[in-house]
Amino acid sequence: MAYSDKVIDHYTNPRNVGTLDKSSHKVGTGLVGAPECGDVMRLQIQVDDNNIITDAKFKTFGCGSAIASSSLATEWLKGKSVDDAMKIDNMDIVEELALPPVKIHCSVLAEDAIKAAINDYRVKNGMEPIELEKSHH
Amino acid sequence: MNIPIYLDNNATTPMDPRVLEAMLPYFTNKFGNAASRNHHFGWVAEEGVDYAREQVAKLIGASEKEIIFTSGATESDNLAIKGVFEMYKDKGNHIITAVTEHKAVLDACKHVEKLGGKVTYLPVKEDGLVDLGELEAAMTPETILVSIMYGNNEIGVIQPVKEIAAIAHKHGALFMTDATQAVGKIPVDVNVDGIDLLALSAHKMYGPKGVGALYVRRKGPRVKVTAQMDGGGHERGMRSGTLNVPGIVGLGKACEIAGQEMEAEAKRLSALRDKLQNALTELEESYVNGNVEHRLPHVANISFKYVEGEGLMMAMKDLAVSSGSACTSASLEPSYVLKSLGLSDDLAHSSIRFGLGRFTTEEEVDYAIEVTKKAVNHLRELSPLWEMFKEGIDLNSIEWAEH
Repeated sequence: MAYSDKVIDHYTNPRNVGTLDKSSHKVGTGLVGAPECGDVMRLQIQVDDNNIITDAKFKTFGCGSAIASSSLATEWLKGKSVDDAMKIDNMDIVEELALPPVKIHCSVLAEDAIKAAINDYRVKNGMEPIELEKSHH
Repeated sequence: MNIPIYLDNNATTPMDPRVLEAMLPYFTNKFGNAASRNHHFGWVAEEGVDYAREQVAKLIGASEKEIIFTSGATESDNLAIKGVFEMYKDKGNHIITAVTEHKAVLDACKHVEKLGGKVTYLPVKEDGLVDLGELEAAMTPETILVSIMYGNNEIGVIQPVKEIAAIAHKHGALFMTDATQAVGKIPVDVNVDGIDLLALSAHKMYGPKGVGALYVRRKGPRVKVTAQMDGGGHERGMRSGTLNVPGIVGLGKACEIAGQEMEAEAKRLSALRDKLQNALTELEESYVNGNVEHRLPHVANISFKYVEGEGLMMAMKDLAVSSGSACTSASLEPSYVLKSLGLSDDLAHSSIRFGLGRFTTEEEVDYAIEVTKKAVNHLRELSPLWEMFKEGIDLNSIEWAEH
């Protein structure tokens, strides 16, 4: 199976690899997936006082599509408001990266990671976590 | 050095040019049907087949009358297992095999179960070898066949075939072995090892695809299998179908070359393999899978903890290798062979199989070492698990959301 050029681009030059200070109340961390399943994503956002995501970082254990999905997600997150970030749908990632059906779970994981990071940020700042739909993988 | 580099010789091997040369006349002027008994064209084809039969038999210490040509090892496995079950079902209905067998054996056994047979799938020890005590304990008066592979396709471990055969025979059962990965790579002798049936394939030993053989013992005991393909009664009635003469000639030539070069080649390959393995296990948290003493000379299966195999292969794009990660499969299940060694799923996902071959050079191995090390280090930089490991966090203490 050949990878799309965009997957290869994100895989070869991943954007925003790294770690934010997870103890900061400005930072939300989402850790999703499981080593046994071959995919673990950690996605972090840093949010300013206007509810805007000023920085996003990721680290991913997984296949090329999983790495590309999380790299793309961080790119999209930067500059977005937390509310807009909540609207990122896994199918947008599928479309952008031209993921084949067997790799759709990678995009689902990226969406889960975004939502988990946002909820971590909300809880840290005294807000209710947003009720998530049961993820479909 | 040509890029990409082929290090997947357990999947298939390139054909040796000497094999191709031997085959070519049988596509054109020697095109006859080996079953045409009454004219020159048939005789010429038959002569080619007879010679190949001797070449194959010689490599495994058999008599040429004991070689049945097939389309490959999958067919040979099917013919042996289903054929023995059908032929001997009045004597007993029990077959013993192992969980690390190739799917051709496992699925043929499942078929036998549907026909009313009973199958024991022996577990293996952590090093991939069958426990002889467990085999002995699994034998029953109903056991008609023990089928254990010679060398494993994923990890290369070599089973104690001789001891397994002795246990099978002590209890009156036949012993069959899928020797696809072993024949032509290490000495295999059906009489020394006590093998009653043996499956082999041409394309794993620098021959063509689409041809293989089943060895069926004729003396002490005389073994019979029920044909699974009905037709003209070729191959002593055990496998009907016009013989694939060029393929068979190629298989014969491949066996002849392997026999002549095996000893030197095994030495050369195990030295190269060890060089690769030693260099790669210098990386932190990398582990060799399977028994390293009893192992085919050209295989190394290594898990690089905290990186995922498919992602790793993508970073090793100039190398053709394979992984126990099944990220592409719908089930997302990693290799059943690695799991049956007791490897955790994450280590199975992190495994890479390196399969060296006749045309692998030292320069290529050096390059492979460099590329693999770079890829592992690159992916570990991206891996949250590696970061946690480095921070001393016990990954088992985390509640992962299994998906």
